[in-house]
Amino acid sequence: MDALEVEDLVMHFGPVRAVDGVTLRIRQGSVVALVGESGSGKSTVGRCIVRLLEPTGGTVRLAGADITHLNRRQLRPHRRDVSIVFQDPAGSLDPRLSVGDIVGEPLRLMRRKDIPAKVSEALRRVGLRPEVAQRSPHELSGGQRQRVSIARALISEPRLLVADEPTSALDVSVQAAVLNLLADLQRDLGFACLFITHDLSAVEYLADEVAVMYLGQLVERGPRARIFGAPAHPYTQALLSAAPVPNPAEQRARKPVLLGDDLPSAIDPPSGCRFHTRCPVAVDTCRTVVPEQRVIGEGGHQVACHLVQDDGTGPDVRTTLGVTR
Amino acid sequence: MNTVLEVKNLSVTFRTEDGTLSAVDRVSLEVGESEVLAVVGESGCGKSVSAMSLAGLLPRTATVAGSVKLDGIELIGADKRTLRSIRGREMAYIFQEPMTSLNPVFTVGHQIAEVLRTHIGLSRQAARDRSVELLKLVGIPSAERRVGDYPHQLSGGMRQRVMIAMAVACDPKVLIADEPTTALDVTIQAGILDVLRELRERLGTSIVLITHDLGVVADLADRVAVMYARRVVETAEVHELFSRPQHPYTAGLLGASPAAGRHAETHRLNEIPGLVPVLAEQPDACTFADRCPRALDTCTASEPNLTPGPHRVACWNPVREPVEV
Repeated sequence: MDALEVEDLVMHFGPVRAVDGVTLRIRQGSVVALVGESGSGKSTVGRCIVRLLEPTGGTVRLAGADITHLNRRQLRPHRRDVSIVFQDPAGSLDPRLSVGDIVGEPLRLMRRKDIPAKVSEALRRVGLRPEVAQRSPHELSGGQRQRVSIARALISEPRLLVADEPTSALDVSVQAAVLNLLADLQRDLGFACLFITHDLSAVEYLADEVAVMYLGQLVERGPRARIFGAPAHPYTQALLSAAPVPNPAEQRARKPVLLGDDLPSAIDPPSGCRFHTRCPVAVDTCRTVVPEQRVIGEGGHQVACHLVQDDGTGPDVRTTLGVTR
Repeated sequence: MNTVLEVKNLSVTFRTEDGTLSAVDRVSLEVGESEVLAVVGESGCGKSVSAMSLAGLLPRTATVAGSVKLDGIELIGADKRTLRSIRGREMAYIFQEPMTSLNPVFTVGHQIAEVLRTHIGLSRQAARDRSVELLKLVGIPSAERRVGDYPHQLSGGMRQRVMIAMAVACDPKVLIADEPTTALDVTIQAGILDVLRELRERLGTSIVLITHDLGVVADLADRVAVMYARRVVETAEVHELFSRPQHPYTAGLLGASPAAGRHAETHRLNEIPGLVPVLAEQPDACTFADRCPRALDTCTASEPNLTPGPHRVACWNPVREPVEV
């Protein structure tokens, strides 16, 4: 049984088609990165999974249980199975509560016993001293606050952690500490993780599998090594080529694929393949026919692109269209 | 190479209710003709305050000491007339958030034309024609039509291009770009970095690039100044800095970002323990000493100054061995 099964997930906000048919599975104990740019719908997927939002369509199953349309009371027994950590730890921690109250709150809602001892243990696990429990969130640094969010998220021992841009608001040196911590905790506690991010270097460090989103849909998914080593979708290729690497010699030898600046509207998404308006290699079919997800390689490597063959071969926009510097 | 901008012992303090707060401490920098100098550091290191002080964009509560010379003309303590002839004309700025820096009630063409009419007294028609040219220069497609757009009609990347067009309207000698791509997605960032690169090549503009992103530095900078706790701790040519960092903070920062092909199973990101000091508690110590893995007794007893030469470092026990990249 998978920790998470999302099938054909749809989330519309009025006319805005934020998520439009996303299918995703996470095996027990594995880390799947959901990658995409602003407006791709990746955070909305995360919010549907923890049921901060009720999906417009499709199903969300947590450890086999369908939670798609459960009401608050019905959701309660499933709450311990999934937690979320947000990007901005300052905005997601209640300033009126002590750190101890914040971390222990999930257990209190589940009417558990020995909460103070469990809070101390949870704090220790994320690298904070137990005395921090008496402090207020505003007394802590950004990195420490994110550790508090992680402690709170993991105290109920969930099967699945949704981490929504957990390091994006942090400085590089603090990011490193939080990424190391997530890697350690995930290895030691064995929870499954949906790691939502735009930071590709963090993805390569943490993820087992990668799913790439564009304008509400998945364009490609597969094992980490395949996505980074042999990306098949032109959008994945462009994304990888555009992220600068912190090495001047290597960076200057690279050729980013420039896509143009305009992301189409999610109110009236392009017909056919949604990426066709920015795709450098689009052909007529792309404008009219919606591409299906197809398996193209080992480890369940899938892509939704007309131009990729069944064996995974196809255009590489990085070699044909990269801008030489 | 001619030095265009010369900053010597620049210090900035703010008067606050809790007394005087130092934000920048004796910073010295030089920028040559058509050179890109990156100023790198984490939140609160003083990089943005330094940039703003260069042309007096700081609030009245700030006190600026030291010397800032643009083409030999002293700006610190200069009269309003001198400053007016320089700010926006010889030295221009672009900020992180293009939406809040553009006026929502005027077309972008109007806003660019205003700069041209104010600073160089162009006629209405000439200013409009030049605006179109500038929009083309920064890579905005169908510039003749876009010149009549309001800021909300443009995407984030297009707005940042408009900001750059406004900044370079008067052909400034120095462009100060404060986190110009931080708010943008990577595929859009790549385009903006290309625009900056082209300005430098075609117009010979010198650029001071303020950023926390080492990938952006690796992409664009000729030289790098690393700031830590209000001071410059190291400056060097970009390839030299990345391959042979001498300050332990620089080395730590480079090891903190995940590198390509590395996964948590086999690699661990470098963490810099501790926190940035808020106030200089020990004026006679290196500000990094209490977090430094290489600290000696000297480091807490006296403050190191930058060594002379092309690769300068302020450290009593610098790293000598090249790092593995």
